[in-house]
Amino acid sequence: MPEVRLENVTKKYGKIVAVENVSLQVHDKEYFSLIGPSGCGKTTLLRLIAGLVQPSEGKIFIKNKLVTNIPPENREIGFVFQTYALFPHMDVWNNVTYGPRVKAWDKEKSNRIGDEMLEMVLLRDRLNAYPRELSGGMMQRVALARALAAGAKLLLLDEPLGALDAKIRFELRYDVRKLVKDLGLTAIHVTHDQSEAMAISDRIAVMKKGRILQVGTPQELYMKPQHIFVANFIGESNFLEGYVSKVAQKEITIELRGGILVQALDHKRKREEKVAVAVRPEILMIEKGKKRKENSIFGKIEKRRFEGTSIRYEIRLENGDLMVSVRPALIEKWLDVQEKVTVSFPIERTLIFTYPKKGLKEELALE
Amino acid sequence: MITVKDWGLVRFLEVLSSKRSIRGLIYACAVTFFFALILFPPILGILLKWNLIGQIFENPALMSRATSAIYASFAIALFVSIIDIIAGLPMAWFIWRRKSKWLDALDTLADIPFIVPTVALGFSIGLFWSDETQGISSLFGASLVSPGWLLIILVHFVFSYPAVVRVMVGALFDYERTYEEASKTLGAAPVTADRTVTFPILKLSFIAAFTLAFARSISETGATVIAAGTFENGPVLLNNLRTSQELGYESALVFVSFILIAVSCIIYATIRILGPKLKIPVRKVWPVAERKLSSHGLTNLRNISTLLVFFVLILIPSLFVALPTVNAVLNGTLNQALSSTGIWQGYWQSISLSYGIAFVATLLNTIVGLPMAVLIARKRLGGLPSTVLDVLVNIPMIVPSIALGVSLSIFWSNFPFVPEIGLLLFAHLAITYPYFVRSMSAAIERVDMDLEEASKTLGAKPFTVFRTIILPLTKYSLFAGAIMMFTRSVGETGATVAVVSKLKTVPVLLVEWIKQTGLATPMEIGLGCGFLIILSFIILLILRGTVRGRH
Repeated sequence: MPEVRLENVTKKYGKIVAVENVSLQVHDKEYFSLIGPSGCGKTTLLRLIAGLVQPSEGKIFIKNKLVTNIPPENREIGFVFQTYALFPHMDVWNNVTYGPRVKAWDKEKSNRIGDEMLEMVLLRDRLNAYPRELSGGMMQRVALARALAAGAKLLLLDEPLGALDAKIRFELRYDVRKLVKDLGLTAIHVTHDQSEAMAISDRIAVMKKGRILQVGTPQELYMKPQHIFVANFIGESNFLEGYVSKVAQKEITIELRGGILVQALDHKRKREEKVAVAVRPEILMIEKGKKRKENSIFGKIEKRRFEGTSIRYEIRLENGDLMVSVRPALIEKWLDVQEKVTVSFPIERTLIFTYPKKGLKEELALE
Repeated sequence: MITVKDWGLVRFLEVLSSKRSIRGLIYACAVTFFFALILFPPILGILLKWNLIGQIFENPALMSRATSAIYASFAIALFVSIIDIIAGLPMAWFIWRRKSKWLDALDTLADIPFIVPTVALGFSIGLFWSDETQGISSLFGASLVSPGWLLIILVHFVFSYPAVVRVMVGALFDYERTYEEASKTLGAAPVTADRTVTFPILKLSFIAAFTLAFARSISETGATVIAAGTFENGPVLLNNLRTSQELGYESALVFVSFILIAVSCIIYATIRILGPKLKIPVRKVWPVAERKLSSHGLTNLRNISTLLVFFVLILIPSLFVALPTVNAVLNGTLNQALSSTGIWQGYWQSISLSYGIAFVATLLNTIVGLPMAVLIARKRLGGLPSTVLDVLVNIPMIVPSIALGVSLSIFWSNFPFVPEIGLLLFAHLAITYPYFVRSMSAAIERVDMDLEEASKTLGAKPFTVFRTIILPLTKYSLFAGAIMMFTRSVGETGATVAVVSKLKTVPVLLVEWIKQTGLATPMEIGLGCGFLIILSFIILLILRGTVRGRH
């Protein structure tokens, strides 16, 4: 069964470390995504699994077999490239049946699989077209059909939807997942688009600077990010700087700038520790006037932006910090700019991170 | 009002360039120059003597000599080009996939035979293969390869191989690796991937490399004359006829030149039209056999034999002439040469003539070739006329150089006021022109149109766009093209022999030294060639210097 296991894999290009000491396990029939900002090493990791590049250190197993020294053509994988890499001198049919042909399957079987694959991606009627005659979405489907026709049970996708228009991209991502699930494949999908990864993955690995920061289901990454970068990269977060002023049995109290006190459920912190308090914009409530309740801070609305389904407020807090709140646009009554408000957030949704040594900006930087 | 003086020359040109009429005038000048000096004289000369062509049909002996020489020319060219592709492809592969620093050096070494004047190459290779006192033949006590068709093939292989490798390396560097990777992830063995994906995609470049090798082989004269012995191909026959001035030679000259020009043009046109339609079979696959061919052992064997061919057949024979040069230092010939006594006075005069002509031709062609390159690359005249120009520009390169020279001298003999040095310059202009315009128009074509448009939207005038966008981005090709013209001019023999009687460029002088026994000792010839190789090597290093920083 095509499960993939990486043990301490490192890839260096001269002095540049593209992938650093990565260990990872992708289960059989899992839809797994690798995400991270550009240059984080996610594509290199995928190419390592495919055998298109060789690791400097470490071991790679596919189906429990060590494949580190096996060339890509013998790894039984399907790879979909960001640019599709459809052979320009071959028509759709010859592109799709290329795998069966070079693997010398008998003619009848090759033809049957070619038919099936084109049927599946709804391109039976275009089998004599050349890649240059196809639209982006069609090319993507041919690339997928070609990768699957070679009989691979492990599908590697490198930004497979990256070159498409937003709307088509949105539709196709569910098609790809359905295909993988229907055929019982294992898929590893590289993308920089966190919403895409959240929507289709069973599990996600978040990468930064060649390392994996966290692996988990979309919900885990969103609700319980273990790294401050993950809290910002998956979804969005407000960060407030503060010190732990009191540690109780269940909850701790943090003193923010200007002496404001908030509480969170985190008992592992020490007194006087410098921390960053993270609050997601979508849980930040806003009310008119001054109200006293748990984790509430006074402030004034500085900006308001209409974003279609939601409305986005920027609130200047009484201590000078800035927070963003995103509210459903058509359900709640809109508040005006300059309005005095109280923002509040539930204790159990308040996340605490050790304040990064290099500073917040540096730690959250995407490049 | 702002005067020209305030703005400086550059500003003045920029202002001028926004006038349509001025731009038109510059392009018109470039096109006129091309037709009047580069394209027509080499063809019209032959046509002017058309009435003589009948004579050769009354001279069966000469006729049979002519036809077998023409046949030999094409047979050799075809054979050499095929061998070039077979031997050059793995080498280009090897350089492209370079995994260590020393392959960089290999890349430079592969260029040497390209830049060494062919006469020196021919002499060096002859020394290596057929002189029984030196070279490889001394081991056997007899000439291993006597002068004749086999030696010609060896010489042609040596000087066309680097051109083929260069073109193919360029194509491979432009090639999108993803196609090959895609093929491998679908289960294709490396050999299968190359054959069914990489080669078909690079087909046009391979055809270009083939045409280049073919044209070089058909037209080369200097080295061929040295390697020929009593054997005759087209250029050798023309050269022999000119030297001997036997009865009816003019008629044979016109006849052979015409056939060589006409057939070369037909072959070139055929390749150009049919090349893109040529299908490389990709449907059939032999997975087991190709998997075996891709094995580690066989890949290593292929790499080793590639290197072996390169060193034994190309590099060592090319530089073999340097050995007597070492002796020359010891026995005083070097001193004589440097103090320019005896035959050396003529040698140094020829050197200055060669390099002087090369410099002037390079400069002139660069100036008038640039607008032409823009015209072709940006299709300023519209699709069809630009394509026609693109094809016409190649003609002086595919025409055998001696035929070109013959035609040129016939044409200009109608204008007796043109001095010999003028003829020499015209011949060199015509021969070198295509090398520059071809590489330059290709380079300009690669400059993204968006950059040009961005520059225009920011307020740049046409000349400013050219000066600040196109030139800096094509600098490498400009230098490379100029140096190619320069070296080609220094090494040029065929056309030069045909147009001069008193003036002697270095290759012409060296052919004379080699052909007329008693004129110079082997040591002196070796040293004469050695100087040329050293000078060429310096030029190669300059070229490498300009290329640095590109990758």
